[in-house]
Amino acid sequence: MATMTRDETQALIQEVLEVYPEKAKNDRAKHLAVNDQSLEQSKKCITSNRKSQPGVMTVRGCAYAGSKGVVWGPIKDMIHVSHGPVGCGQYSRAGRRNYYTGMTGVNTFGTMNFTSDFQEKDIVFGGDKKLAKIVDEIEQLFPLSKGVSVQSECPIGLIGDDIESVSKQKTKELEKPVIAVRCEGFRGVSQSLGHHIANDSIRDNVVHNRDNDNSFETTPYDVAIIGDYNIGGDAWSSRILLEEMGLRVVAQWSGDGTLSEMELTPKVKLNLIHCYRSMNYISRHMEERYGVPWMEYNLFGPTKIAESLRKIAAFFDETIQTNAEKVIAKYQAEYDAIIAKYRPRLEGKKVMLYVGGLRPRHIIGAYEDLGMEVVGTGYEFAHNDDYDRTIKEMGDSTLLFDDVTGYEFEEFTKALKPDMIGSGIKEKYIFQKMGIPFRQMHSWDYSGPYHGYDGFAIFARDMDMTINNPCWNSMQAPWLKPAEGESEAPMAASA
Amino acid sequence: MPNVMIRKNDSGGLLFYVAKKDMEETIASVETDTSDAWGGAVELTDGSRWYIDPVSPPPSFPTTLRFKRAEG
Repeated sequence: MATMTRDETQALIQEVLEVYPEKAKNDRAKHLAVNDQSLEQSKKCITSNRKSQPGVMTVRGCAYAGSKGVVWGPIKDMIHVSHGPVGCGQYSRAGRRNYYTGMTGVNTFGTMNFTSDFQEKDIVFGGDKKLAKIVDEIEQLFPLSKGVSVQSECPIGLIGDDIESVSKQKTKELEKPVIAVRCEGFRGVSQSLGHHIANDSIRDNVVHNRDNDNSFETTPYDVAIIGDYNIGGDAWSSRILLEEMGLRVVAQWSGDGTLSEMELTPKVKLNLIHCYRSMNYISRHMEERYGVPWMEYNLFGPTKIAESLRKIAAFFDETIQTNAEKVIAKYQAEYDAIIAKYRPRLEGKKVMLYVGGLRPRHIIGAYEDLGMEVVGTGYEFAHNDDYDRTIKEMGDSTLLFDDVTGYEFEEFTKALKPDMIGSGIKEKYIFQKMGIPFRQMHSWDYSGPYHGYDGFAIFARDMDMTINNPCWNSMQAPWLKPAEGESEAPMAASA
Repeated sequence: MPNVMIRKNDSGGLLFYVAKKDMEETIASVETDTSDAWGGAVELTDGSRWYIDPVSPPPSFPTTLRFKRAEG
């Protein structure tokens, strides 16, 4: 069910692009597309993973954000030093709500901020000595930490510090991994390269650590959850479903994950990958080096959960397959009740999404389960392979936007009039002020989890509570409201 | 001369993945694909052509190989 035809959507894109100067217009035109389900490859319709145009508002992050914030940060029993000036670490501290169990400051360090707090003299004379001192201090203050990762901020690359040699020396001295990660923020066009760099550093420093150690007892049902950052407890609500199926989850990458879990991952039978964009690199490596196959799955909304659980079970024997059916049957009453409760309240509502690496396509199924329709979707930092996967999920002639600019997003919203927008904190207040219900879909608007059957209940409640909130009827000032009997003035007049 | 990881997809076809470019394409045809060698000119579904000296014995996938961009 498309609300707009192909030509209308195309015309909208043209109209929005009209304000740009010629050169910018040509560039941005490549990043906006009308979805065409008949296409096999996205590169025929959309360009992605390119440098943002100077002068437009983009919401992309940097390589440091991708490495420290996404991939390394949630590994709870290691200390991640934000090496460089204090701001990068402080302003991103604990913002992603990667939940974990443990005693913070004793054996886990997830919500703490460790930084080398560069001053002028460190820039002038180099910060290697300071880094060595920090690692020693960490060892003294937090002896239960399992390792240290050094997350470079921009100045480290600019002044040419040799953090690798410090790390190497300290690894030897402390007999704990000290891992230098070259994730300076200026690398690449978005956080996506940070994910890649972080994956490569895990590949080079962690994954092979137990190659000659067979003390770990394996079972035929070992799996690893990869690319689930446990935002609001997502990995936990996924994990219980896999465990109920009879699988043994050996590792969580990297939400609530530990260093030893990561080292054990090459010994599993199957890698389950949720966020393809940020962790496909390491999965590919493990497939090549250790022959561990990987599989993408999606645990948003009952339809996709059932599909994914069956797909995962198909990889194993019949016990697991019957268990998968049992799990789906067990929760059926629960999710049927949720759909019965919320679907009538949400039926036919239109949603626009603009999020990060997997959600613009993964959540579509959950919205459809609630009778809602996604009319536009886009990624901040996706590559073409993400769009390949998105084309099939999205309806025909819906809107696709890559690295959308603030202006374009607002214009699309004005034209498509969605009932809800799901995006990040930087967009939230703009759209709320425009009178459009908004969910912050990066960290579930401080709610969650949204994965799994338990998560779906919370997801449905949150969507209902956002869209059907009575405040949206109070967008017009009381003195501007028409008197009884007069026709309603258009909303735009009060905006 | 990029390093290319070749792996099998679910349907048994071969995927051609260049990590540096984040490019993943399906292989349309391989010049030599016998029991004792694999390689030669490789054509992808997007029409680009690559070359590798035939590897003997044929490698087991997934594996990383060095390809050359073929002319034309």
